[in-house]
Amino acid sequence: MKAWSRFKKSYLLYSFKHDPIAIFSSVVLSILITISLLAPVVAPYNTYDTSTFDIMDAETPPSWMEEGNKNFILGTDIQGRCLLSTMIYGLRVSLIIGCGAVLVQAFIGILMGLFSGYLGGKLDSFLMRITDIQFSIPYLIVAIFASAIFKLAFGVGRYEELAVPLLIIIIGLSHWPIYARTVRASVLGEKKKEYVEAARVIGLSHWPIMYRHVLPNTMTSILVISTIQVAEAVMSEAALSFLGLGMPITKPSLGSLIRSGFEYIFSGSWWITFFPGVLLIIFILVILLLGDWLRDVLNPKLYKG
Amino acid sequence: MFAFIVRRIIQSIIVMLVISLVGFSIQHHIGDPVRDLVGERVTPAEREEIRDRLGLNDPFYIQYFRFVKNACKGDLGLSFFYKKPALEVIISKAPATIELVIVTSIILIIVSIPSGIYCAIYPKRLFSRFAMAFSTIGVAIPVFLTAIALIYLFGVELNWLPSFGRGETVKIGGWWESGFLTWDGLKHLVLPSISLSSIMLPLFIRLIRAEMMEVLETEYIQFAWAKGLRRERVWFIHAFKNTLLPVITVFGVQLGIMFAFTILTETVFQWQGMGFMFLEAVERSDTSLLVAYLVVVGVIFVLVNTVVDIIYGTVNPMVRIAGTK
Repeated sequence: MKAWSRFKKSYLLYSFKHDPIAIFSSVVLSILITISLLAPVVAPYNTYDTSTFDIMDAETPPSWMEEGNKNFILGTDIQGRCLLSTMIYGLRVSLIIGCGAVLVQAFIGILMGLFSGYLGGKLDSFLMRITDIQFSIPYLIVAIFASAIFKLAFGVGRYEELAVPLLIIIIGLSHWPIYARTVRASVLGEKKKEYVEAARVIGLSHWPIMYRHVLPNTMTSILVISTIQVAEAVMSEAALSFLGLGMPITKPSLGSLIRSGFEYIFSGSWWITFFPGVLLIIFILVILLLGDWLRDVLNPKLYKG
Repeated sequence: MFAFIVRRIIQSIIVMLVISLVGFSIQHHIGDPVRDLVGERVTPAEREEIRDRLGLNDPFYIQYFRFVKNACKGDLGLSFFYKKPALEVIISKAPATIELVIVTSIILIIVSIPSGIYCAIYPKRLFSRFAMAFSTIGVAIPVFLTAIALIYLFGVELNWLPSFGRGETVKIGGWWESGFLTWDGLKHLVLPSISLSSIMLPLFIRLIRAEMMEVLETEYIQFAWAKGLRRERVWFIHAFKNTLLPVITVFGVQLGIMFAFTILTETVFQWQGMGFMFLEAVERSDTSLLVAYLVVVGVIFVLVNTVVDIIYGTVNPMVRIAGTK
């Protein structure tokens, strides 16, 4: 209760109420997240169950068009699945991969940044060298290479089976340096403050100080980059899936839906590409807008890479 | 300065060794050079003999050493699909990608600098608001969606521009296949380069605007106004010059990222460049070509980064000192 009343008086809530863009995008985002988490309940059809769809329904246009079918509001995809249901399930896959990848990134990056910033010395320069090196190679290239290698190593069939955890690991491993740098920069700032010295004086060892005292004070900057990182991870996932290195078409994410639709765009089936594309853009846009707002409000001194 | 350069070069050599180790392990575990050479129709006994002759039964580190030695000589193995040296295949595909990147950079410079400056000078005008809104939304649109939208609009509906391939090309100097010299080739360049630049434009417009606005606040600009200089002179000679330095730095970094996005753009437009070749190599399990591409891209990145860092070290002494202690 105390936390709630503190939150009610906080500047965060105040500025949220006075920013229509923030309100709008958080509403859209929560609707999208709820729909995707409740996919089995909300979606008209279960797209993972092959018995519910018929290849004869393939490429039915949206229901308001001439050849449309009332059963499929947004039409069907190339396999005859209801496009709306497929999109809802696809959004769920994108969301899971995006959040999972960010957790992996945050775990690696925070650990490295914390140790490197707090302990300093040789370890710091070694870890930061690694970070620099990975930072110098664009993360998308790393992700594309990693997924290509995994695909060859596992074989296509097995890769498609394991696609979700593999993509989480791939995107997680390709994009952690930003966390390491940001956390290190804020740890360096916190380390000099008196509360850390006080903790040391009462005889706490390194780990409790790092974990219990320094880490919570770096949370602001972690929170701000995390929102943007989720958007980036969703985009990377879509890019990988579009290249055919991500989710298979049997369990499509938004990216692989767009890929499958693109092959049919010349025959006039624009809706298979259009609707997932719009959904993807809206999803990324609202996360980015929220991230911008959060950054302006919390205003942490972010490490500019 | 000398120590800085040496340190930087040693670092890049280490990075190259790591990349080559990754590449070699891939080849060692996934690729099958015997299949690459003779195909599937050879008895196991003969296979074993070829393996022995090629030294594939040697310990890992000897084979790795041999791989590095060959790589230094420019021999990165044979491509299984093309039946040619992998490096040769990559070099034959490079011009397409490089030309795409050149045209994209030109579009970027022509569009982002004027609009960035305009947005900084007149932040309240309609065009500026429009440009800022565009750059907010533009960040959220993946490059392949822009590309598909352009193809659908100009390729399918309006039928104005060709939407895939490179069109007619002319050979320059025996190997550089250029699309710059024919009308058809130029027409094929339009859509891919616009979609590739769309991913970078928002960032650059914002960056130039922010830098320019910051510079316009400084005291020497106030002084320039006070002197009664003409507006154009203050804007373009005094202010703009000082926004350029950070912009050039970011441009250098973004060039690498643009390279990553060429893989996506080339896939959509079936542009016969290095990225398209790479994805084909993945589909065909052409391991040698894949590893060769990995090594080539690694070399390009390490070279560019090292050169940029060294130039930076010369311009800005703080970078040199930061690394020492």
